[in-house]
Order: sequence, then structure tokens, then C-alpha cells
Amino acid sequence: MERNPLRRQLQIMRKSLFDQGYLDEQFVQLEELQDESNPNFVEEVVTLYYRDSARLILNIEQALERKPYNFHKLDAYMHQFKGSSSSIGAKKVKAESTLFREYCKSGNGEGCMRCFQQLKKEYTTLRKKLEAYFQVARQAGPMETACRPK
Amino acid sequence: MVLLESGFSSPRNDVFPAGLRVLVVDDDPTWLKILEKMLKKCSYEVTTCGLARDALNLLREKKDGYDIVISDVNMPDMDGFKLLEHVGLEMDLPVIMMSVDGETSRVMKGVQHGACDYLLKPIRMKELRNIWQHVFRKKIHEVRDIESLEGIESIQMTRSGCDLFDDGHFLGGDDTTSGRKRKDADNKHEDRDLSDPSSTKKARVIWTVDLHQKFVKAVNQIGFDKVGPKKILDLMNIPRLTRENVASHLQKYRLYLSRLQKESDIKNSFIGMKHSDPPNNSTASFGLHKPSNTMPDDVLNGTYSFPMNNSLVQTVDVKGQGDRHGIASVPVAEPKGALSKDIPDSHKTKSSQMSFDHSLGSAASGVSFASFGSTTPARYSWTEIPEIQSKVEYEPVQPENGFNQLPLPEPSMIEKEVNRSRTEVKPLFDEYRSNLVGHSSPADLVDLFPVQSKNQTLKNQVFDPIFATKSSIKTKDISQNCLADSEFAQRNLNATGREVTLASLPEDLQIFWLQGDGYPMNIALQNFDFPEYNDPALIDETPFYSYDAPRLDHEHFFDPTEYYAIDQGLFV
Repeated sequence: MERNPLRRQLQIMRKSLFDQGYLDEQFVQLEELQDESNPNFVEEVVTLYYRDSARLILNIEQALERKPYNFHKLDAYMHQFKGSSSSIGAKKVKAESTLFREYCKSGNGEGCMRCFQQLKKEYTTLRKKLEAYFQVARQAGPMETACRPK
Repeated sequence: MVLLESGFSSPRNDVFPAGLRVLVVDDDPTWLKILEKMLKKCSYEVTTCGLARDALNLLREKKDGYDIVISDVNMPDMDGFKLLEHVGLEMDLPVIMMSVDGETSRVMKGVQHGACDYLLKPIRMKELRNIWQHVFRKKIHEVRDIESLEGIESIQMTRSGCDLFDDGHFLGGDDTTSGRKRKDADNKHEDRDLSDPSSTKKARVIWTVDLHQKFVKAVNQIGFDKVGPKKILDLMNIPRLTRENVASHLQKYRLYLSRLQKESDIKNSFIGMKHSDPPNNSTASFGLHKPSNTMPDDVLNGTYSFPMNNSLVQTVDVKGQGDRHGIASVPVAEPKGALSKDIPDSHKTKSSQMSFDHSLGSAASGVSFASFGSTTPARYSWTEIPEIQSKVEYEPVQPENGFNQLPLPEPSMIEKEVNRSRTEVKPLFDEYRSNLVGHSSPADLVDLFPVQSKNQTLKNQVFDPIFATKSSIKTKDISQNCLADSEFAQRNLNATGREVTLASLPEDLQIFWLQGDGYPMNIALQNFDFPEYNDPALIDETPFYSYDAPRLDHEHFFDPTEYYAIDQGLFV
């Protein structure tokens, strides 16, 4: 168990993210890529993700404002978004994306709309959690190794 | 490590797969960053790219700068499968596809298009660590292809001193080769590159323009529907070419054609000529030639310029009567974009954008697209010019008025022509056929073209050189059309006003015809969609008469960085 209180806190936060299903294995992969040459790699990637995916979210939002829904387009956007979300291991967000695509395929506009609202919630929640996490991480200093969630 | 001419470092043979040069293409910046990091962790040399087009440019710029390409399937500017096709056709590099979508049909499509692997996102490190196997495997197969050919000695002869195989197989009389023994097949290839920088580095068949032309010619001869690798191989009669080489190339060719077909189906309008922004000036210029009513009888200056995407413009002056062979002396404009030449008496056509206008008076006299085929079939690149040959016949037309402008067939027409097999050309020509007499073979066409007036000084021969010139245009499609255009134009010079329907012309290509005597014809090609199907323009051999610019000039063509190995060598 970490002695350093900050690191301990970090570990707890991290574990909770995994336990609650916000993050998956891909996040660990990112952590493993982090090294001396890229000490803030994970945070950089996550930042990049949120920046880029905001654009995709906007696209989908705009597309959902046009009735009747262009399911093909919606699906395409979501496909992109899903791919992006998979890059940081955003598990819940990814699950919602998949569901959204299912609704698109079946032409369920209502389902799409509901699903999208849920997706946005998950997306925002994850961002907040990760922001808090990285804040502590920066304070705590570099961890020696990435540890797998227990 | 030895630096190749291109400046790219060569892969480090001793530590393969470390140093493997990977090009990653993905529009998702997050993934691009991650993949870059992952590949670097594998000790690979990574180059990232957010656009398919950029990737193609990079690949073309440094022909042997990369060992493998990894690309996402979904990209904004170009379908990943299309990119895959291009890379396979032009560079013959292994390509790995990626996607978050693992649907079997997609994966299958990837494999069909030639992907050597299909990875699902999120991608794991171990998957990336293994990609070198694809590079290695490909090299081995190429070596085997070559080895299976006639004989080691013969191969030896192709490359004096260049050891194709240095793994000890290579016996023969060449001492330099026998001495080199490598542990792995890969090394031998790498070393060979180094020792012979001018050659393509790998022991693979390099589909040079010339070779590809022979290929296309063979395909056309056999009949696209009946074609088969063995038949093609026999017809091509190239030593050291294997059935496998041909088979794989045929597969790529088919994919390419089918894609073009789809594209051409989409295009249905005539767009104006566009000017590209070629790095080298050129291009965009459509010869505007004024129709000249006063064209002196004996002087016809036809200028054919084809602006190609980036530059290529070839102009041919068709001299008037006295100087049929003047064509031969016609300077071929630097692909760089020299645009039209002087046109002594002709008026410049007003606009570079001409819509095909039947009503153009004395326009297109017997435009015979037959001209497309009239000359050197060998000049055709991807497109099947020979097909066109039989379709149309020239008919001399008397210019009704001095001003005929015929829009150039749009590139999309070219595409259409390209895509189709023999029969395809027909519809196109049909349009033109308002005055056309009928079908005739190229030879006939040439003969058919009577010199009507004193102005009609062009002899059939004239066309050939022009044709040839045109053929040096870089784009495959374009070259075809260029040829056609030039011929067309030439014929027009002699023709009376004939209306030609360019309706069927691809939107991208417009032919200007200045009818009447000595109207210079400008054939300009738009470069529109070149980036689209950016095909490796198989550049025809230099025009036989004048274009002595090295193939490198092709770089000035719409796709500046694209060029095939110039040398004749099959294997490098």
C-alpha cells in the first residue's frame, strides 16, 4: 500500500474508475506506454480525446436536430466517436455508443435520442473523474509502474 | 546504415525488425498519437498521417521510404480500402487495416482489397509487435517468385553485380554475390537496395509504366473478360515475370478498374476545367486557342495542352501541311505545365471551359475518338486505349465557321474510358459520332482522314507524334484522353464543322477544339479528381519523338510525386 498519501489517494481513485466500469484495459495499455520520454502520456491522450471528441459530439447533436433522422449519418458519426472512445478505454461511453448504433440500425429515433443523452452524461462524468485523477497524479508525482486493477 | 538516394535511412538489417519503417494513417488524432507511441515502443520508425491523401503523397515521394502501412478503414478524404488499393498497386507494400468495427464483411472486404491484416481497435501492443512478419513474408514471397524464374544466372545478368539473393542461393559466376550470405531473407533485400540505389530496392517485380502498358495491352488483346494470368503472361512475353506476379497485379488492376467504374458512374456532369495548384506551375492551363479563321493553309498549329493535375502540359504543335512531321519536332511542353504553345494564327478560344456543345458549329469535325486508339497502344497506361481504337472513325469536316470550340472531354470521361473494357468506349464515341462515319480501325482512321482543304495539312502521321506526346502525360486516364484529344483536335483541324457531343465526356476532361483551319486545339485536362483516384499514372514511355524528358518529369504531372521506376528492369 502506498505510503505517500497522495499516491494512495491516486490508487484509490484509479481502482474505483476500473471497478465502477468507467475504464477498461485500454487505459492500462496507455499507462504502460507512459515512460520517461512521455511522463504525462496518459493525460495528454485523454486531453486530446476530449478535445477531438467534442467535435464529434457536436456533429451528432446537430444531426439529431434534423428531422427526420439520417440514421446512416448518425451511425457514421457514432462509429467515429466509438473508435475514438475506445482509444482511452472509456468503457461506459463505448457501451452507449454501441447501443446508439444499434438504435440507428433499427431506425429507432427515440432510442437514439435517449441513448445519446445517457452517453453525454457518461462522457461528462468520466471527464470530471479523469480531470480530478490527473490533478492528483500531477501532485503525486510519477508512479513507478502502472498497476493492474485488482 | 546506408542512406539511400532518397535520403531515407535504410532499414537496419542487423536488428530487423527494429527500425521497420511504418506509415500510420488515421484521421483520429488520439489514435494516431497512441499508435505512434506504441510503434515507437516496438522500436519501429514511425511516420503518422491524418489524411489518406497525405499518406499517398508521402509514399510516392519516397518510393522506398516505408516498409509497411497501417491505415484506418474509415477516413474522411478517402475510403481506407481505396487507399489500400493504391498502395498495393503503386507501391506494393503490405497494408494493415484497422477499425473499431470488426464485422466480418468489413474484414473480408479488407482482405479482398489486399490487406495483409485487419486489426480491431483498441489495438494491443503485441499485435503491433508482430507486424514485421508481414513485411518479412512479402519479401520471402518475392524472392521465391524470382527464384522460381528462369534461373539464377539470368537474374544475375539483370543486375550486374547486384546481388539479388545473397543468401547463398545465388551462385552463378558473380563472385560478389556468392560472398554475401545473410541470415534472413530480409537482409538480402535491404542490402541490395543499398548497393544499387537506383534500382528499386526489393526483389519484387516493379510494375514500370512500360511493363504495365504491356500488361494492359495483353489484357486488352485477350479480352478483359477472358483474361487470365497465364494468358497475360504469355502475351506479355517478359522474361523473368511469373504467373504469380501477373496474377497479383491483375487482381489489383481489377479492383482499380471497378473502383474507377464506380467513380465514373457518379460523375455525370461536365465540370469546368479546374486549375490545380501544382507545386510546379503548370497545369491549369487550358490552351485557349483562338479559332482562327485565317489560319493559313499551310500552317496549323495545334496546341494541345493538357493541364494535368499539377502540371503536365504538353503541347504539340501541329504544323501545317508542309510539316507533317513537324509534329515530331514539336516541342513537348514540359510537363511542368508549359501550357500551350504559340498558335500562330489561331485565335484563342475563349474559355477553357467549354461545355460540349453540339451546336458548336464547325466544331469537331470528324472528331474521332478513334484517335484515341490510333496510335501507339503501347502508350496507354491504365486505360484501355486500344479499345477505343475500333470505335470511331474520323471524318473530315469542313469548318463551318472559324470558331469552334470543343470542350475537352472531361476527365471523368477518361475515367469512363478507362474503366470500361472495349465496349465502353463506344458510348462515348457515339456522342461524338454526329459526323463520324463509322467504326474503323485506327489504321483506317488515319487513312480516312483526308486532307480536305489546303488548310488541312495534317497528315495522319501528325497525329501519331501528338498522340505519342500525349501519351506521355502522366495520368493514366488522362494520357488516354489526351491522346484522344490531340487526335481529335487534329482531326478537327481538317474537319468541317461537325458537332460533337461531348455530353458523354467525363466532366473532368474537356477538349477544346478549334475547328477550322489550323485552330489550335487545346486539350486540357482538368485535374479534378485526380487526387481522387490518384492513380499511379502510368506514364507512357517518352514520346517517341520529342519528349525526351526523363520520366521524372512526371513528377510535374498532376501527381508530382508519383512515378514508376523508370528503368526497364523488371526486378530490381
